[in-house]
Amino acid sequence: MDSDLKSLGDAIAAALPGAVTGVSMAFGELTLDVQLTRWLDVLKHLRDAPDCQFINFTDLAGVDWPQREKRFDIVVHLLSPRHNRRIRLKTQTDETTPVPSLSGLYKAAGWYEREAYDLFGIVFSGHPDLRRILTDYGFDGHPLRKDFPMTGYVELWYDDEQKRVVYKPVKLSQEYRNFDFLSPWEGADPVLPGDEKAKGQG
Amino acid sequence: MTEQQSLRNFTINFGPQHPATHGVLRLVIELDGEIVERVDPHIGLLHRGTEKLMEARTYLQNVPYFDRLDYWAPMNQEHAFCLAVEKLLGVETPRRGQLIRVLYCEIGRLLSHLLAVCAVTADVGALTPQLWGYEEREKLMVFYERACGARVHANYFRFGGVARDISDQLVEDIGKFCDPFLKVLDDLDTLVIGNRIFKQRNVDIGVVTLEDCWNYGFSGVMVRGSGAPWDLRKSQPYECYEEMDFDIPVGKNGDCYDRCVVRMEEMRQSVRIIKQCVNKLLTANGRGPVQTPNHKIAQPSRSDMKRSMEALIHHFKLFTEGFKPPPGEVYAAVEAPKGEFGVYLVSDGGDKPYRCKIRAPGFPHLQAIDDMSRKHLLADMTAIIGTLDIVFGDIDR
Repeated sequence: MDSDLKSLGDAIAAALPGAVTGVSMAFGELTLDVQLTRWLDVLKHLRDAPDCQFINFTDLAGVDWPQREKRFDIVVHLLSPRHNRRIRLKTQTDETTPVPSLSGLYKAAGWYEREAYDLFGIVFSGHPDLRRILTDYGFDGHPLRKDFPMTGYVELWYDDEQKRVVYKPVKLSQEYRNFDFLSPWEGADPVLPGDEKAKGQG
Repeated sequence: MTEQQSLRNFTINFGPQHPATHGVLRLVIELDGEIVERVDPHIGLLHRGTEKLMEARTYLQNVPYFDRLDYWAPMNQEHAFCLAVEKLLGVETPRRGQLIRVLYCEIGRLLSHLLAVCAVTADVGALTPQLWGYEEREKLMVFYERACGARVHANYFRFGGVARDISDQLVEDIGKFCDPFLKVLDDLDTLVIGNRIFKQRNVDIGVVTLEDCWNYGFSGVMVRGSGAPWDLRKSQPYECYEEMDFDIPVGKNGDCYDRCVVRMEEMRQSVRIIKQCVNKLLTANGRGPVQTPNHKIAQPSRSDMKRSMEALIHHFKLFTEGFKPPPGEVYAAVEAPKGEFGVYLVSDGGDKPYRCKIRAPGFPHLQAIDDMSRKHLLADMTAIIGTLDIVFGDIDR
């Protein structure tokens, strides 16, 4: 199964030279890294080519990596009911570069792209109706970005004078507590206090 | 009417406070007389930012959020998240754990389908089936409660198994529930499915072709109602579904009526699976641990903690720091009652998910409502919304 998927990935990469920059297998799943400029070509190929037939659009998700120059990953999951296979496609963009919209290829993409626009601020070009979808009318900001605070900026209160619900800036009676239980001795990238002095002394 | 009189379409608001919207859905409907010309669904009124909240909690703390997505069938959602994390960790579930999971997922399917079928009936004008359905749901919720202590928000599934074992008495009681329930299904069949008014309201309403189904990202009953025998339990089996004997009911016309009939038949198939699970759980082969013995991931038992230092340390580490899956990304999906419920999980090697995208089945289904209801009568909207089987916990997240 794994080798089948891998050879499928290689075949797709060979069929579209220059468009697929990486083919990887992990946890039994196939991932293709796609050039943003060839995004539509690859998706069209995957939908229509007889050995692919990924006709079911399963999911589109954004992922924010703020330390990268192209900070957003756009991740698409497709399913081929005929071949009973799944595939994952990834491309990268920054805050301003628009991603070509898939809504012309898959009707399902419309709302998923609206969601990615709403929650991440990823811009899609050629989308027929790029409005916010999940957040409130008139919401400001893109909540799933890593630099958006967990508590948000505004909260809703009932105003007795205006006799209606109004937005007010968030006031926390207790500071937001982020429990960091990661052990300093193991984990992602430990920098212990005093380590910086040891640099260059080795 | 003279020629000078200008005609204009009428726009109305349907919801968000309307029982037939099954939650908080606001539809802006453009009407030409009584004919629906355009529907613009406004969702997000129940948006709670689940995906954002999950990024600040450890994996174990995130399980309860999944009960609150599709609250008609809570454990099926937990299942998808557990499968995703297990895939990352490479953990196996012991056999008894798998059987209990399958048993409770099928109970969840009954819970959801009962409400789905009966709510459609209520939406198109009959109240009795709704009450019958709730009676059965209540019995099923008692089974939930006896396993985990909560009627709805179960928080029962754990990574590599379930939180605690269930008694033989409970398993036997679930077995005893099955046959009377089939009788209730037969009664519902005569009352609802064979009913002339129900047919008038549902046949040929909201027809979707199979091609459109795939293109719209449909899954579950929506695809099966249009004629594709596609079920993740069969096509990409997880847990011990492979050894279960059941059939996939398939509709012919892809209309609201077919979807209701498919749901009715799926309940019978679920009962078949439940019976098999009950039998297997009561045999010697079905005994044993319900959760993986790896205490880096699963909680050690209380009695162990009283005696073993190591168990105590494991417990402490597990509930403060949690565990750290390797960096990577996985997608795991289950056949939830409403369709394919998927979890796309990105781990950066820390103790919290870096990103968790919840793929709710109702989201693409609701998106298609514009095309499905165009040129239908306003009164058909309720039937279409009802058979889409949407719930806002998971669409709005």
